[in-house]
Amino acid sequence: MFEKKKEWSEMNDQLTLDRVRRDMEVRVVGIQGGWGVRQRLNQMGIHPGDRVLVRRSGVMGGPLLIRIHGTEVALGRGMARKVLVERI
Amino acid sequence: MAWERMDDFEHVQIVLVGQPNCGKSTLFNEVAGYRSVTSNFPGATVTYTRSHVRILNRTCDVVDLPGTYSLTSLDQAALETQRYLLTQRVDVIVNVVDSSLLSRSLELTLQLLELEIPMVLCLNMIDEAERKGIEIDTEKLSRKLGIPVVKTVASRGRGVRELFWEALKTARSGRKGRHIRGNRDVELVIARLNRFLKQSVGDEIPFSKHLLATKLLESDRFFEKKIREVRPELMDEVLECRRRLAQSHGRASDEIIASERHALSMSIFEEVGVVKESQLYWKDRIDDVLMHNLWGYVFLVVFLFLFFNLVFRVGSFLEQPMVNFFDGITRSIRAELGTGSLLSVIVVGALQGIGGGIAVVLPYLFPFLLGLSILEDVGYLPRVAFLMDVFMHRIGLHGKAVIPAVLGYGCNVPAVMATRIMESPRDRFIASLVATMVPCAARMTIILGLVGYYLGGNAALGVYLLNLIVIALSGTLVSRLLPEVTPGMVLEIPVYQAPRMKITLKKTWLRLKDFIVIAWPLLIVGSGVLGLTEYYELTDGINRFLSPITTLLGLPIQVGMTLVFGVLRKELSMLMLFQALGTNDVLTVLTRGQVLVFTVFIVFYIPCVATMGVLVKQVRKKGMLAIVGFTFVLALLMGVLTRGVASLIW
Repeated sequence: MFEKKKEWSEMNDQLTLDRVRRDMEVRVVGIQGGWGVRQRLNQMGIHPGDRVLVRRSGVMGGPLLIRIHGTEVALGRGMARKVLVERI
Repeated sequence: MAWERMDDFEHVQIVLVGQPNCGKSTLFNEVAGYRSVTSNFPGATVTYTRSHVRILNRTCDVVDLPGTYSLTSLDQAALETQRYLLTQRVDVIVNVVDSSLLSRSLELTLQLLELEIPMVLCLNMIDEAERKGIEIDTEKLSRKLGIPVVKTVASRGRGVRELFWEALKTARSGRKGRHIRGNRDVELVIARLNRFLKQSVGDEIPFSKHLLATKLLESDRFFEKKIREVRPELMDEVLECRRRLAQSHGRASDEIIASERHALSMSIFEEVGVVKESQLYWKDRIDDVLMHNLWGYVFLVVFLFLFFNLVFRVGSFLEQPMVNFFDGITRSIRAELGTGSLLSVIVVGALQGIGGGIAVVLPYLFPFLLGLSILEDVGYLPRVAFLMDVFMHRIGLHGKAVIPAVLGYGCNVPAVMATRIMESPRDRFIASLVATMVPCAARMTIILGLVGYYLGGNAALGVYLLNLIVIALSGTLVSRLLPEVTPGMVLEIPVYQAPRMKITLKKTWLRLKDFIVIAWPLLIVGSGVLGLTEYYELTDGINRFLSPITTLLGLPIQVGMTLVFGVLRKELSMLMLFQALGTNDVLTVLTRGQVLVFTVFIVFYIPCVATMGVLVKQVRKKGMLAIVGFTFVLALLMGVLTRGVASLIW
């Protein structure tokens, strides 16, 4: 099951934001979360179709610093895991 | 809506609304500074500030609402803003926007337009935007939105007069903005629900049905609750509209509305804005160091060390002469009125309250709050939250909880107020517990004045470290008891700004006023009461009543009384200790171990009355009682433990 899922996502070249390396730019595909998570990310300007640059990735499961629409936003790792992105 | 209408009212109500970090409060402070009396109203959960301002010989009320990213009821700040805009009289909204983030900020603007209240758009920090290479065609934007648009740089006072003049004109004309329409089939569903609500709800819900319709489609809990209260049967139609939207777009209706608004904002921005080469590179370079995985932490420790060192140096430099001054006054009053008379007891008691505030607390609180305001204005605190996120997760919170904790070192009252930035009630509770356990400036005076003075600086540092460890353990314990996945951090990291002295000082003053207004009166009354209990010889009874605690801690029975006053004001415990023991050289009466036990107990033991007051507002009475109970048991435990350890050393 897990294997299959991984294959699928790699085939589509999709991954979750927390797995994106530093200084890489990706495009948001979707947000995998409930109403609250979606709204909170939307408020910061994170919507499907937007380009996100990962500026830093904290150590030991620390947060990510991303750049979106010219702002920098700190995203906890758990939050970043809910953002599905694709390579550009 | 001519002048007659406004003359019916006392003042024109101008309300500032904007996203966090848009410079809204700076703008507010700029106008409030002209000739005004500012007053802080701590609301049920969040503070908003109101000020009387004279514009064109007309007295206006300017209200600064908490910063919010949208009108969706996600957090307390948004709820408060919503509640204010929907229930209070608002003659004109001034929507303050960080011009360098116009496309994102327009999402809030679009929602505000739906309120159908006269509005002015304030393009603030226009200089920052220009530096970022963004040029905005204000006339085009104004035509597009149907409202006046004014460029300002609030921190330098540029454009502020024009802005408020425009606001006043708009309030007078009652000119409302346009509804910006987007995708046709989305608009159709909104229009359908809007029409339906207009017919069926009418004036039962007295605000824009367009906003109501949009928010209901967004599954906003606040508006849904409103409908369920007034006309529960209407929810069927709402659900039907949501279903239609979801069906035609293959996504949840709230996502569709949000994407729609996002697309609209982007397209408006593309029409009115031009983005050229940015000149901000060097500011990004700073974060390569300050948010670095290793150097970030090194600098954090260095900054904190320097910060507390500076606060301590300035504080102790100011404290001594002031304490002497008040002691002098006390002596002369005693000489004048005699030591035994009731009047002298009350006057001296009250004076000690005033003196304690001025001489002991203010010397530390002022430099601390000033330093904190500077760190805040520069934009360092969100970076601290970023760095500390990993550690805060260990205690079941996330990075943002660091901000109230840091504030707690100044005074627990604003710290507990700051817990409103946490999203869930459970996180607010744990963050409040953590904030109240942080030794505030008053407890700092005890740690430094007793342990630091009698046992040395390293011992004082030890107390701070012990406190940190216990906080971490308590946080872990409580978050285990209240298992819930914390929503995780989403925090904007603003661009660094050079602090403007005038604004920083004003902010410091407003914070200091929290202490002066809330805590100080209690100190003065508390001291007076203490004087009275002594006068009427009630002290022995209270000491006997508290003897189980003092015996358990191995402290002399006279210490009991001081604990009671520690609840009123922390540093009073120390001042009263001197008085209760009848000497200023504590070591002649107490052993070193006892000094340490006393200090540790006071550091952990229950929050002061003022903190309890804000706790009730923030986490309800039950939460407050839980925190009081927890810290009391913890203090006893730590006291006994310290006693045990101390007996091994000395």
